[in-house]
Amino acid sequence: MTDWLGPEEWEAVALSLQVSLWATVFSLPVGIFVAYALARWSFPGKQFLNGIVHLPLILPPVVTGYVLLLTLGTQGPVGRVLADWGIVLAFRWTGAAVAAAVMAFPLMVRAIRLSIEAIDPKLEQASATLGAPPLWVFATVTLPMALPGILAGTILAFAKAMGEFGATITFVSNIPGQTRTIPSAIYAFLQVPGGEGAAVKLVIVSVVIAMGALMLSELLARRVARRVGGA
Amino acid sequence: MLDVAVKHAFKGFALDVAFKAPPGVTVLFGRSGSGKTTLVNAVAGLLMPQQGRIAAGEWVLLDTAKHIRLRPHKRRLGYVFQEGRLFPHLTVRQNLAYGAWFAPKSAPRADMSRVVEMLGIGPLLDRRPAALSGGEKQRVAIGRALLSAPKLILADEPLAALDDARKAEILPYFERLRDEVSVPILYVSHSASEVARLATTVVALDAGRVMAHGPAATVLGDPSVRPGGAREMGAVLTARILRHHDDGLTELDASGHPLFLPHVAAAPGTGLRIRIAAHDVILSRTRPEGLSALNILPGTVAEIRAGDGPGALVALDTAAGRVLARVTRRSVAAMGLSVGDQAHAVVKAVSVAATDIGVSGV
Repeated sequence: MTDWLGPEEWEAVALSLQVSLWATVFSLPVGIFVAYALARWSFPGKQFLNGIVHLPLILPPVVTGYVLLLTLGTQGPVGRVLADWGIVLAFRWTGAAVAAAVMAFPLMVRAIRLSIEAIDPKLEQASATLGAPPLWVFATVTLPMALPGILAGTILAFAKAMGEFGATITFVSNIPGQTRTIPSAIYAFLQVPGGEGAAVKLVIVSVVIAMGALMLSELLARRVARRVGGA
Repeated sequence: MLDVAVKHAFKGFALDVAFKAPPGVTVLFGRSGSGKTTLVNAVAGLLMPQQGRIAAGEWVLLDTAKHIRLRPHKRRLGYVFQEGRLFPHLTVRQNLAYGAWFAPKSAPRADMSRVVEMLGIGPLLDRRPAALSGGEKQRVAIGRALLSAPKLILADEPLAALDDARKAEILPYFERLRDEVSVPILYVSHSASEVARLATTVVALDAGRVMAHGPAATVLGDPSVRPGGAREMGAVLTARILRHHDDGLTELDASGHPLFLPHVAAAPGTGLRIRIAAHDVILSRTRPEGLSALNILPGTVAEIRAGDGPGALVALDTAAGRVLARVTRRSVAAMGLSVGDQAHAVVKAVSVAATDIGVSGV
């Protein structure tokens, strides 16, 4: 296996997994919170928040990447504050993770929001009348019942993060070992003569990882659905 | 002691209700739209009324004058919903244990095994709600409410979603709850037979106001109170089983007067409440002879109330208790009936449905 992929390709695969994993893990709690807020609360600016969340889905990825560079880059308003704290995102793998998270976020929120909306609020009321404080209602009723959607959203976000290219290359460029994820690497290999072999290998790896994630999510979703459905 | 006073105005509907009720089952009785569910939601804290005081004994849930407004989860209620509302992702056992988990450690707890035995849900413990029948779900919901160590049990039409056979299956459990558990129960119903069987106190609601409240026999025997409409009228008699006869009849003693009913499945000595539907009662000025009906109750006409249509309700105070008869105004005129007259109420034994007979516990 190690011989099949060269060190450069390995680097890209490992980096992609690292970036996508962190992107997914860090956006999951935020995604659940935002999905819950959009599904259950009414507050001023709700449609605006909904729009912001979905914006990366409809904007050209390059635009999203450029906006990230403008705000989070070392000269950007947020990036400067972060730099003072010693956090630099631009042209680092952490920046790639941020770009992947932002691009995957709408897919994650959508899946979770739908599953929360499918829960009958009367069950949450029942939980409250039985003495459960609001956070416990969420933990013991809402969260377990939304689990299929949370799983689907997580896997979807992970897959999207693995495939993210436009925003990533705009925000953090294509630096080997630092920000060159699988899609960036495939793009780079295709730019040089004789790079097709490496590119095809990475394509195969991408397909295998994507299929694996999809099958895992199907399996988990079916298991959870059996539990929740009680059959 | 249940003390409820609630004022709340919606668009086009105002709830203004106040009553006090002794321990036992207090039934909110009224047709849909009368404000029953709104009132129960106010008690549960799902609706915060503009003004009011709600207390179960010393336990104050709401007192707007003193700025006490407990959040729903702090109210220590056992709420039995119309649709059960069991948690589908938990087993029956976990559902039952759910409320107990949040109850204060010092709260007096109902014993799980006793509740399971009382409700007959032992074989269901490891199942999930999706695998239960409607009646089974409702029994589990009762158990879940009971095991949360409540200060007050709320039941919002818990039988309305069930068919007649399931209703007959669940009602006895509420009778046992009333007679064996000391927690007060606030029960919402629009069914006259449920009210007659369960209520210690009846609070009749109409358009957001209390029409009448008091002991079940008094309110249900008042011809002017008709929250369910004239068809649903019927007085309640209390009686005790004397003996079962070989021909399938059960002889009862209603305040010294004998009553005959089709076989009642309970031991002699058992106290019963029997709802006599007003439209099943025939009135006669003289004691009828050669009649097939077995129960003839002599009494005095206490009240005559003509309805909007051709009907009239006649309240007769008999030796067995207050009986209501729904007859036509033409009959009242033809018989020359007026308040204070002697008359006989004729009740066919077989007209009393099994669903109208409940144990009274006392």
